[in-house]
Amino acid sequence: MLAQNIIFGILAFVMIVAAFRLVTTKNVVRAALFLAIVLAGAAGQFILLAAEFVAVVQVLVYIGAIVVLLLFGVMLTRAPIGRDADVDNDQRLVGGLVALFLLGALAAVLADAWGDDKISFGTVQGVGEVSDSIFGPYVIAFEVVSILLLAALVGAVAIARRD
Amino acid sequence: MYLNQFLFLSAVLFCLGVYGVLVRKNGVLVLMSIELMLNAVNINLIAFGAFQDNVAGQVFALFTIAVAAAEVGVGLAIVLVIFRNRASIDLDEVDLMKG
Amino acid sequence: MLDLLAVTAPADEAAAHAVDAGILGYAWLIPLIPAVSFFVILFFGKKLPKKGSEVGITALLISFGLSCATAAKWIGLDAPRQPVERHKTWFEFGGIDIGAGIAVDGLTVMMLVVVTFISLMVHVYSTGYMHGDRRFTYFFAALSLFTAAMLTLVVADNTLQLMIGWELVGLCSFMLIGHWWEEGANSSAAIKAFITTRTGDVGLMTGIILLFFAAGRNFNIANLNRLALTDGIEHGLLLAGATLLFLGVMGKSAQFPLHVWLPDAMAGPTPVSALIHAATMVVAGVYLVARLYGVFWSGFSIEAGGINLVALIGGITVIIAALLAFVQDDVKKVLAYSTVSQLGYMVMALGVGAWTAAVFHLFTHAFFKANLFLGSGSLIHAVHSNNMSDMGGMRKHMPTTFWTFIVGSVALAGIPPLAGFWSKDEILNGAFEGDYQLFLVVGLLGAFMTAAYMTRACYLIFAGEFRGHGHPHESPPSMAWPLRILAGLSLVVGLLNAPGIAKFTDWVAFEVEGVPHFLEHHDFNIGLAALSTIVALLGIGAAAGYYLRGAFKGLTARSGLLATGHKVLVNKYYLDALFVDGIIRSIQYPVAKAAYWINQNVLDGAVNGVGKGAQGAAHLTYDYIDQMLIDGAVNGAGLSAEESGEGLRHTQSGRVQQYAAYLFGASALAALVLVFVT
Repeated sequence: MLAQNIIFGILAFVMIVAAFRLVTTKNVVRAALFLAIVLAGAAGQFILLAAEFVAVVQVLVYIGAIVVLLLFGVMLTRAPIGRDADVDNDQRLVGGLVALFLLGALAAVLADAWGDDKISFGTVQGVGEVSDSIFGPYVIAFEVVSILLLAALVGAVAIARRD
Repeated sequence: MYLNQFLFLSAVLFCLGVYGVLVRKNGVLVLMSIELMLNAVNINLIAFGAFQDNVAGQVFALFTIAVAAAEVGVGLAIVLVIFRNRASIDLDEVDLMKG
Repeated sequence: MLDLLAVTAPADEAAAHAVDAGILGYAWLIPLIPAVSFFVILFFGKKLPKKGSEVGITALLISFGLSCATAAKWIGLDAPRQPVERHKTWFEFGGIDIGAGIAVDGLTVMMLVVVTFISLMVHVYSTGYMHGDRRFTYFFAALSLFTAAMLTLVVADNTLQLMIGWELVGLCSFMLIGHWWEEGANSSAAIKAFITTRTGDVGLMTGIILLFFAAGRNFNIANLNRLALTDGIEHGLLLAGATLLFLGVMGKSAQFPLHVWLPDAMAGPTPVSALIHAATMVVAGVYLVARLYGVFWSGFSIEAGGINLVALIGGITVIIAALLAFVQDDVKKVLAYSTVSQLGYMVMALGVGAWTAAVFHLFTHAFFKANLFLGSGSLIHAVHSNNMSDMGGMRKHMPTTFWTFIVGSVALAGIPPLAGFWSKDEILNGAFEGDYQLFLVVGLLGAFMTAAYMTRACYLIFAGEFRGHGHPHESPPSMAWPLRILAGLSLVVGLLNAPGIAKFTDWVAFEVEGVPHFLEHHDFNIGLAALSTIVALLGIGAAAGYYLRGAFKGLTARSGLLATGHKVLVNKYYLDALFVDGIIRSIQYPVAKAAYWINQNVLDGAVNGVGKGAQGAAHLTYDYIDQMLIDGAVNGAGLSAEESGEGLRHTQSGRVQQYAAYLFGASALAALVLVFVT
C-alpha cells in the first residue's frame, strides 16, 4: 500500500507541475511537451488503478497521435518557435479567480462527499472484461463512436480543404 | 488508497485546464488546455470505476479518448482555416460577434 | 280637476241660509271667463278673423251678463242680506289655510257690475281705436288678463287672494302703459308706474302679514273685520296694520305723494287709461279700504272725528291734484289729475266715515270718467295729438264726442241731477255730519276747482276755431256707441241713491256678522246740496269768465307770488325732482359705486387672483415638476440605460474566452449552490 501511495504522490506531483507549466509557459512547443508529460503521468495513474488497457490506449492515442497532431498544428500555424511574450490575453486575473473559485468549489464538494472512501480492488477488470463490456452492453456506443470518428475525419478534411 | 486523492488530482488538473482555456491567446494552446481538462476527467472516471468495481468506468474513459481525438482533429482544422484567413491565430482578434 | 270645480261652502253658511245662494255661489265664474279668454287670445288670437277681439268681447259679455244676474239675485234677497262665501283650500300647513274663495256681498256685486261693464265698453271702443295697431291681439289679451285679475281681487274672501289680484293688475297696468314701448317715454312711464305702486305695495304686504298674525293666523276678510270691530285685536296693532295697508292704497290709488305715476301713465293707449287709470284699477285701493273697513274704522278711530291719516291724505290729494289740472295742455293729463283728485275724494270720504258715499262716488265716477276718457280718445284719434292747443272748435267737427264730453264734464262738476252731484254731495254730507268740518271745506274747494278746470278744458277743446292741422272727423260707431251709452248712464245712474230712492244704500251696505250696523246714513241736507251746487256753478262761472271775458287775465304776470305758484304747479311741485334726484339718486349712486368697487376689486380681484395663482402654479409646475422632476426622471432613465448599456457592452466583446470565463464561474457557483443549499 505504501508503495502505491508513494508512486501516486510522485506521479501526481509531476503531473501538477507539468500542467501548471503547460498553462503558464510562453513557449508553445514546450507547452506541447509538458502536455505529453501530463498525459504520461495520467497513464501511470491508470496503471495504479489497475486499468492497464486504458493506460496503453492513452499512451498510444493521446501521446502518440494527439500530441503529434498538436505539434503539427503549431508548425502549420507558424507559431513562433521559442519564447513568445504575447501568448496570454488580458484575462489572467479573471481566469485565475475563476479557476481558483472552481477549485475551491470542487474541493469542498469532494471533501464533503467522499471524504473517507477507500478504493479496494475487488474484482479483476482486465482487458477481457473491458472488451466484453464494449462488445456487449456498450456495443452501440462503440459503433456510434466509430461513426463519430469517421465524421470527424471527413469534417476535418472538409473544413481544412483548400479550394 | 483514498478515492479522494485521485479526485483531488483530477480537480486540480481540471482547474488548471480551465485557467489555460481562459487565459491562452494561441488557439493551439487552448486546444492543449482542453486536452488537459479531458484527461482530468478520464482520471476521475477510472478512479470511480475502480472504486465501484465497475468496468464501465474504463469503457467510458476509452470512449472519451476516442472523442477527444476526433475533437482535436476538427479543432485543428478550424484553427488552420482561421490561420489561413487571418494569418494569425490570436483568439482575441476573432471578435466578429462583438457588440 | 272636477273636484276643483266643486267649491265647498262653509257648513254654517249652508245651514244659515238654505235660502239658496244660487248664482251667488258661482260668482267665481266671473273672473274665470276672462282668464280663459286671455289664454285663448294669447294662443289663437292672431289666427282669428278679428284677431282675438271677438273672443275678448264675447267673454266680457258673458261675464257682464253673469254679473247682472248676480246683482239681480243679490237685490232679490231679503234684507238683511248675508254675504255668501265659498272657499276652496289649496293646501294647509300648521293650521294655516291657503286657498281661494269668493265673498259675495253688496260691495262685491257692485264692483262686479262696474268692472265688467266698463271693461266691455272699453273692449268695444278698442276695436275702433286700436284698429291696425302693431300689437292688436296682445292688447286684447292683456285687457282680458287685467279684467280677470281685477275681478279676482274684487271677489276675494281672503287678503292673500286680494293681494294676488292686486299685484296682477299692477303687472297688467305696466304691460298696457308700455304698450307702445318702442318710444322711450312710454316704457319709462310704465316703469315709473310699476315702481311707485311697488313702493306702496311694501306697506300692503307688511300690513297683510301683520293683520294675519293679529287675526289669529287667518287670512279671511270677514273674520278680520269682525275681530277688528269687536275688540278682538289690540288697538295698536290695528292702527299699525291699517297704516301699512294705507301705504298700499296711496300707491295704487295715486294719493299724495305717490300720485306721480298716474299722469305719466297717460302715455298708454286711451282705452287703457279709461279702463285702468280711471274706472277700475286705481279704485282698487279705495275698494281695499272699503272692504277692510272694520280695520280702518277701529284702527284710525274714524268715529271720533277731527283728523285722521286717511282723510288727511285724501284731502290733500283733492286739492293739489285739482290745482295741477289747471296748468295742463294735454287733455289726458287734465283728466288724469282729475282722477287723482276724485280718488282723493273717495279716500277722504272713507276717512270721515262716509262709507256709502265713498262707494257710491266710486260707482258714479267710473261711468263719467270712463266716458270722459273715451271722449278724449275720440278727440285724439281725430286730431292725432293729445294737446288741447291743437284742438278747438271741435263741437262743429265731432258732435257726438262734443255732447257726450259735456255730459261727462257736468257730471264730474257735480251739477244736479247728474251722477256726480249725488255722490259728491253725500261725501260732503258725511264730512259735515261726522264732525270733520275741515274736510267739508276741502271738499267744497275741490268742487269749485273741479268745475273750473273742466270748464277750461271744454272751452279749449270745443270753443273757438280749430287750431290743428288736417280735417278732424267724427269717430266710427265702435267708438261712438260706448260714448253714448256711458253718457246716458252718467245722466241717470246718480239717481240710484237720490233721496227717496236710496236703493244703492240698501243694496250696498257694510255689514259684519255679529256686529251691529254702525255706519250712519245721513238724511239729505238740502242746504248743503244747494251750497255745493252754487260752488260748482261759481267754478264754471269763474273759468268761463276767464276765457270768454278775459277776467283774471294777466294775473300771473302782475303778481310775483302767483307767478311763483304757477311755476310750482307747472313743475308738479317739484315732486319728481325730489323723488328722482333726491331720494333715488342719493341711494342709487352710493349703491352703484359700492357695487362697482366690489366688482373691480373683490370680484375682479378674485378672478385675477385665480388667474395669477393658476399662472404661478403653472410656472412652478414647469420649473420644478416638469423640468426637474419629470425631465430628470426621463433623462435619468435614458442616462441610466445608456450607462448600463455602456457598462454591459463590455460583456459582449465577441471574445470566446471571456464567455468561457463567465460560463465556468457561473457553473461553479451553481454547483456550490446545488450541493450545499439543496
